[in-house]
Amino acid sequence: MNLTLKVWKQKNKDTRGSFETFQVKGISSEMSFLEMFDVLNEQLIEEGKEPIAFDHDCREGICGMCSMYINGRPHGPWHGTTTCQLHMRAFKDGDTIVVEPWRANAFPVIKDLIVDRRAFDHIIQAGGFISVNTGNAVDGNAIPIEREKADQSFAAAACIGCGACVAACKNSSAMLFVSAKVSHLALLPQGAPEKKTRVMNMIAQMDKEGFGACTNTGACEAVCPKEISLENIARLNQEYLGSSFTSDKV
Amino acid sequence: MLNSKIPPGKLEDKWTDYKGHVKLVNPANKRKLEVIVVGTGLAGASAAASLGELGYKVKAYCFQDSPRRAHSIAAQGGINAAKNYQNDGDSVFRLFYDTIKGGDYRSRESNVHRLAEISANIIDQCVAQGVPFAREYGGLLANRSFGGVQVKRTFYAAGQTGQQLLIGAYQALERQVALGNVTMYTRHEMHDVVVIDGKARGIICRNLVTGELERHFGHAVLLCSGGYGNVFYLSTNAMGSNVTAAWKAHKKGAFFANPCFTQIHPTCIPVTGDHQSKLTLMSESLRNDGRIWVPKKKDDARRANDIPEDERDYYLERRYPAFGNLVPRDVASRAAKERCDAGYGVGTTKQAVYLDFKYNLINKYGRAEASKQGIENPDTETLIRLGKEVVKEEYGNLFDMYEKITGENPYEVPMRIYPAVHYTMGGLWVDYELKTSVDGLYALGEANFSDHGANRLGASALMQGLADGYFVIPYTLGNYLAGEIGTRPIPTTHEAFEASEKEVKERIDKLMGIKGKQSVESFHKRLGKIMWNKCGMARNEQGLKEAIEEIRALRKEFWNDVRIPGDIMEMNNELDKANRVADFIELGELMCLDALERAESCGGHFREESQTEEGEALRNDDKFMYVAAWEYKGESNWQLNKEDLVYEEIKPTQRNYK
Ligand SMILES: Cc1cc2nc3c(=O)[nH]c(=O)nc-3n(C[C@H](O)[C@H](O)[C@H](O)COP(=O)(O)OP(=O)(O)OC[C@H]3O[C@@H](n4cnc5c(N)ncnc54)[C@H](O)[C@@H]3O)c2cc1C
Ligand code: SF4
Ligand code: FES
Repeated sequence: MNLTLKVWKQKNKDTRGSFETFQVKGISSEMSFLEMFDVLNEQLIEEGKEPIAFDHDCREGICGMCSMYINGRPHGPWHGTTTCQLHMRAFKDGDTIVVEPWRANAFPVIKDLIVDRRAFDHIIQAGGFISVNTGNAVDGNAIPIEREKADQSFAAAACIGCGACVAACKNSSAMLFVSAKVSHLALLPQGAPEKKTRVMNMIAQMDKEGFGACTNTGACEAVCPKEISLENIARLNQEYLGSSFTSDKV
Repeated sequence: MLNSKIPPGKLEDKWTDYKGHVKLVNPANKRKLEVIVVGTGLAGASAAASLGELGYKVKAYCFQDSPRRAHSIAAQGGINAAKNYQNDGDSVFRLFYDTIKGGDYRSRESNVHRLAEISANIIDQCVAQGVPFAREYGGLLANRSFGGVQVKRTFYAAGQTGQQLLIGAYQALERQVALGNVTMYTRHEMHDVVVIDGKARGIICRNLVTGELERHFGHAVLLCSGGYGNVFYLSTNAMGSNVTAAWKAHKKGAFFANPCFTQIHPTCIPVTGDHQSKLTLMSESLRNDGRIWVPKKKDDARRANDIPEDERDYYLERRYPAFGNLVPRDVASRAAKERCDAGYGVGTTKQAVYLDFKYNLINKYGRAEASKQGIENPDTETLIRLGKEVVKEEYGNLFDMYEKITGENPYEVPMRIYPAVHYTMGGLWVDYELKTSVDGLYALGEANFSDHGANRLGASALMQGLADGYFVIPYTLGNYLAGEIGTRPIPTTHEAFEASEKEVKERIDKLMGIKGKQSVESFHKRLGKIMWNKCGMARNEQGLKEAIEEIRALRKEFWNDVRIPGDIMEMNNELDKANRVADFIELGELMCLDALERAESCGGHFREESQTEEGEALRNDDKFMYVAAWEYKGESNWQLNKEDLVYEEIKPTQRNYK
């Protein structure tokens, strides 16, 4: 199939970007969306032009590196799918596809479709861990964990830190990401001792990084490639309220 | 020359004795010692976190935008540990024995035994960090089995074990960043090791956002930069995985061991066309429940589900009744190739075999669920429905991924799979302490050659990476750094830093100055084709000799005609790739040389000249019972150093999985 692409081009974080239009030909429906970009980039190099910069690594939907805002939707049209797992079967001959980077104050554009997501690491640094040094652990089976709890914890821990939730949110809130981490750890007995400080510190850091407030529109859940559930936000709110009432650090 | 520094004493006492006598660094001195950790996958993140906890000043580097994205994140099936929670006869000895045998007797006994000893601690550590492993209804940890073994010792988190383990290590690492013990440099790529008076003292790296070259000092340098499977272009590795860090160390004096030992994984989604950028693994754990077959008739054009049971050839079960579908990877891959080469392959390209879940879906899971739910005499449809639910829990994400890529539903029709490059057993040569042949320079994880011999068993890479990082390096590095407490940080204005940076800069300038006509990608693809055809699943003398010539010619062409758009002092992904591909080309030549020199078959290295009558790999222990450690002597020039492998505990035999 032949396609028209309108892609955001921006030299670096200090310059202003704009859309450029490209034509690609001979795209097969078996290709992944990023392989279509590979074809386009090879074509640009051939023509002596600069290729389009985009983030990607695993191309298996697990590293969270790929991050394209495709036709008004983070990661494109397929539900529960990262950009790299989106395949060209989703499009048809003659389509025009608009591709932009994530847009959020906390995620400045570095080049073209690449943004800086270090704010997520900072939130983890604020409390997204269990404080246990290497060598401190007891036997893995010493504390049985209810299977349902373990499964819920795992479902939250499946977050790949891609930032699509932020990109989809009109307030650029990072609530789904933060709640996934809070839930992952709070649901496990190992995470319980730091439950209160964790949620307070992570929320405080989220605000500091410039992410917006959550107004429960649910846009994040709809685009999350790992189908992280809004229930996590409810759980976070509970944890947060519980902590603010009981924490003497408020 | 090569001293592997294996501690004296009985095999099972070596590590305990070593730890009991190793030199220590006191806490006050630790704060004065700086350690560079290149790479923050499982090996690097666990090392950086643990060393930070001990009080060393750590600097860690990765080329992605966050340590959480390292290639380790993609590991699917699981991690081994000799816990014997299943009461099925597992033990440290058995894990040790399986690993040595699986590696076809080409690994070092002492290292492998240590790995088996440590394995259980890794699981404990990960559970404590909050890694949500799969659990049984009673709340205890669940296990599955992997290839090449007869016990269930693999711990897992659905098909996302690597992700969960890496997130555990990443969180431990970020905690140390917050505490100020680790400084993290993301989007940084190491381009050289700085060696002063025979000791590694720092690195040169490129800031991938600004293009600037930076100098960083460390009392010791740890390379945790992963494997080099992408030398084949198409592999299951992440797109950015590369050999550059290890290769630069090699050129600075670190020996490269067994470079030709690569693992071709039997169950990957087959190649469909020329546009393909990577291959996707379907975890080995699927072989627990999937049966592999091809039609008994050549060129059978019927759809899989239309081929009756008695016209299917379950060739692994036929050839290897004892291990069946769970033979080691090298054996399974070669068997698939053999069937396809003989004309029994399936799919449009005929380069694929079926991996079929129907039997176990119905008979194993369906029946168990039916009996749990008290359904008597269930019909097949009910069994399929019940079985599907269980399979979804176990492997759901893999089945979804398969469907997204191929457009076919693997719950309904068998998967089509074919072998693909997956893992590299070879890597930087290290001694018992994980130190390379350069003082103060260490290699951990897939970047070293250590524990897997000529073939790695499934679920053992995650184990090794975390063993190296959490439990080995914190001891062995101290033994070196105890002698460095008097060494003040060397200013990066030192002439060795100057010279290294100059070399890196000149190479980048040279690359950008070529302004040729062909893209980096096109060179990489061509290199991959040479490697796959002549140094892939089967190798022979003539092919390897041709490959060496072809690679040399390709290198020349690359340095004369590569086209890299953009500028140096900015983010430039094409330049990043060019740097990596230039190193892959050099490595490719060494791999072929190593494969040529090793005129025996062992594990994943199959020399057609050396096979049994039944087509199995035939080792030659009299001549090749050694680690080939190559020393760089200049362009296309290497000297072979041999580390003889001495087996005190185990008697090498011809591997038999029949
Ligand atoms: C699809 C897939 C599935 C797998 N499944 C399993 C499994 O189920 N069980 C199992 O045991 N093993 C599995 N493996 C193997 C296992 O995942 C890897 O061997 C292991 O994760 C490697 O870890 P590592 O820490 O050594 O390297 P990596 O995770 O590859 O990390 C390398 C690090 O080095 C950095 N780096 C590299 N070069 C440079 C440079 N020049 N400068 C700066 N930084 C650099 C990278 O940024 C990264 O942080 C799988 C592998 C694949 C491909
Ligand atoms: S919650 Fe979902 S969308 Fe947000 S970062 Fe995690 S995986 Fe991405
Ligand atoms: S490239 Fe890793 S998730 Fe898309």
